Amino acid sequence: MGIFNKLKNIISKEATVNSYDKGLAKTRDNFISKLNILNQKYKQINEDYFTELEEILVMADIGVETIISFIDRIKKRVNKEKITDPKLLTEVIIDELFIIYVDEDILSTKINYNDNGPTVLLFVGVNGVGKTTTIAKMGFKLKQEGKKVLFVAGDTFRAGAIEQLLEWGKRVACEVVTGKINSDPSSVIYSGIEQGIKEQYDVILIDTAGRLQNKVNLMKELEKINKVIGKLISDGPHETLLVIDATTGQNGISQAQAFKEITNITGIVLTKLDGTAKGGIVLAIKEKVNIPVKYIGLGEKLEDLQNFDLEKYIYGLFKDLLR
Amino acid sequence: MFENLTERLQKAIKNIRGYGKITEENISDIMREVRLALLEADVNYQVVKEFTNRVKEKALGEEVRVSLSPSEVFVKILKDELLVLLGKEQVSLNLSNKVNIIMLVGLQGSGKTTTIGKLGNYLRKNENKKPLFVACDVYRPAAIDQLKQLGKQLDIEVYEEGQGNPVDIAKNSLKYAEEHGYDSVLIDTAGRLHINEELMTELNNIKEVVNPHEILLVIDSMMGQDAINVITGFNEKLDLTGTILTKLDSDTRGGVALSVRHLTNVPIKFVGVSEKLDGLTFFEPTRMVGRIIGEGDIMSLMEKAEAVIDTEEAQKISKKINKGDFDLEDFLLQLKQIKKLGSIENILKMIPGASKLGLGNVNIDPKQMARIEAVILAMTVKERRNPNIIKASRKQRIAEGSGTSVQEVNKLLKQFEQMKKMMKMMKQGNFKFPMS
Repeated sequence: MGIFNKLKNIISKEATVNSYDKGLAKTRDNFISKLNILNQKYKQINEDYFTELEEILVMADIGVETIISFIDRIKKRVNKEKITDPKLLTEVIIDELFIIYVDEDILSTKINYNDNGPTVLLFVGVNGVGKTTTIAKMGFKLKQEGKKVLFVAGDTFRAGAIEQLLEWGKRVACEVVTGKINSDPSSVIYSGIEQGIKEQYDVILIDTAGRLQNKVNLMKELEKINKVIGKLISDGPHETLLVIDATTGQNGISQAQAFKEITNITGIVLTKLDGTAKGGIVLAIKEKVNIPVKYIGLGEKLEDLQNFDLEKYIYGLFKDLLR
Repeated sequence: MFENLTERLQKAIKNIRGYGKITEENISDIMREVRLALLEADVNYQVVKEFTNRVKEKALGEEVRVSLSPSEVFVKILKDELLVLLGKEQVSLNLSNKVNIIMLVGLQGSGKTTTIGKLGNYLRKNENKKPLFVACDVYRPAAIDQLKQLGKQLDIEVYEEGQGNPVDIAKNSLKYAEEHGYDSVLIDTAGRLHINEELMTELNNIKEVVNPHEILLVIDSMMGQDAINVITGFNEKLDLTGTILTKLDSDTRGGVALSVRHLTNVPIKFVGVSEKLDGLTFFEPTRMVGRIIGEGDIMSLMEKAEAVIDTEEAQKISKKINKGDFDLEDFLLQLKQIKKLGSIENILKMIPGASKLGLGNVNIDPKQMARIEAVILAMTVKERRNPNIIKASRKQRIAEGSGTSVQEVNKLLKQFEQMKKMMKMMKQGNFKFPMS
């Protein structure tokens, strides 16, 4: 149970995880107290125990199929390792949650930077998940790291989207390339990248219109956007980040699958984790579609974007159990 | 929406067909299917538990009736119970006031501002009202711009005071509305978390100042199990009069719809079904149940068809179908009519039994439709009337004329042949919709 011990070590480094903690507090309290009640209620592990465990996992929006196979594995381990004490089982549960997500992959949340010319980051997702706000936060973060950052207003469809990015550009002091409303997003993006190359920007952040993954014509538009980027920078976009709202339920899997089919999604930005939603669907997405989370959004302020850290994330969920 | 839920439920129903009667043993497997279907649709865990228990109890208690098969009985129970979840009756907006004050609230990104646009359009077009938009989202950058752009598109005035105090803006807007003869005031508010005390208090202050007739919570239909926390949070603070479910044109399984009413007693009043400004429709529980079970929503389809389709033309075509001499020329006419009905996906969803024929999840690119049309247009009238004469050289010409390929022409001709065969079967009565 190496991962588990590693987790315990993290507790001593508590200071570093405070803000993570704050954002996930609601999530954790809910989740942990339920697991604790579960452990106090059951003196032994039986079918009722597993039914309640299932409920807790479902309420966290972890995918249904993922949960079913997860509980099967736990049951097998209980039999094989002859576990009878629910308290010991908690360790097995956490261990297995890690396994779902990690699955022997080497995971990195680092941006894949381009050594020759600008690095292009493309932000995609369904409507209202927080793409534009995430770009602002990301721009702020990169500027703090000393990068020269350009925004491209590729959402030419939604009313007010261009103005929104312009306003953020002002606040974080980033130049914004815009086109006319209802113009072809590919052409705005083309001129944005041209400008980015010419003026030697380090990073170009491209906003796109929210699109529901079942809208064929909008998904084709995204395909075209990709081609246009590839024309100017052959290995671009260097990262395509799918923005997912933490309140999203099972539909998150469908979003990840559909967007991955069209573009090479390199990571997920999980937004709005400061609410009561648990964002558990990312576990199912990682297991089924194999896309890792790279960033999480924990609030409305510019500094509320953080690198995703699985250990901290699960630690956040299970903190009280580990004491 | 609902497609996958429908598919799963139908699987359960199909299983029951194999049984002579419903017993304690065979119902367990079926209820397991139903349970998974609902959980995968994000229906609230508690609701699923209650629902499956009730359905099971009823199914077992049902006396065997000679006239109905077990699957028919089961479908009826499912329908009845789904209707209980959705609330039996449609609840409309309270619009009987001198000035109707409507306030929209919700989380960030649920679609409040877009919905204000749609609601304004609806009130003017369907209820003959004169609406005023009020911009109280002073926090999100460019939210006011967004509302102003929507107002401009719709030619509806927007009352705004820039980044002022939302409570004052709301208050002042009422005076403005009265002075300028507006009979409906739609207040847009900033997105906020239900646990943000400060911002929730602000909403309450707006409420006290304007005394709204409607406080509608806008909810994203793709939401998971957290929906219940959000809805209860807003309802406890504000006493909601209804909800509007947005983004139902996604492939969400729409479980929120099945949980909201049942858990909070707050009715769903409207659903958002497209990004366009006319993409808001009434929520009608009975029709929705039909869609979930896969019986389609033929009522809505007919209403829509009546509004846009040329009846004479349609009668002519239906006569031709009956006589069996439906040709590509007619098909072309039909294509044009269908285009007026909206996207094919939406039409298919409303057709009874479509999902069982594997048509529930069809995705049709509007560009693909245009290509089909181009291919037919590149044919001569003689070819359209008698597609059998289209051989290799004609195919080549049609492909070139329409900017497509011979394969595409072949595909179209083949599909048309299949369509005619289906029509023939329907005419002879050999073609049964699995559930009608």
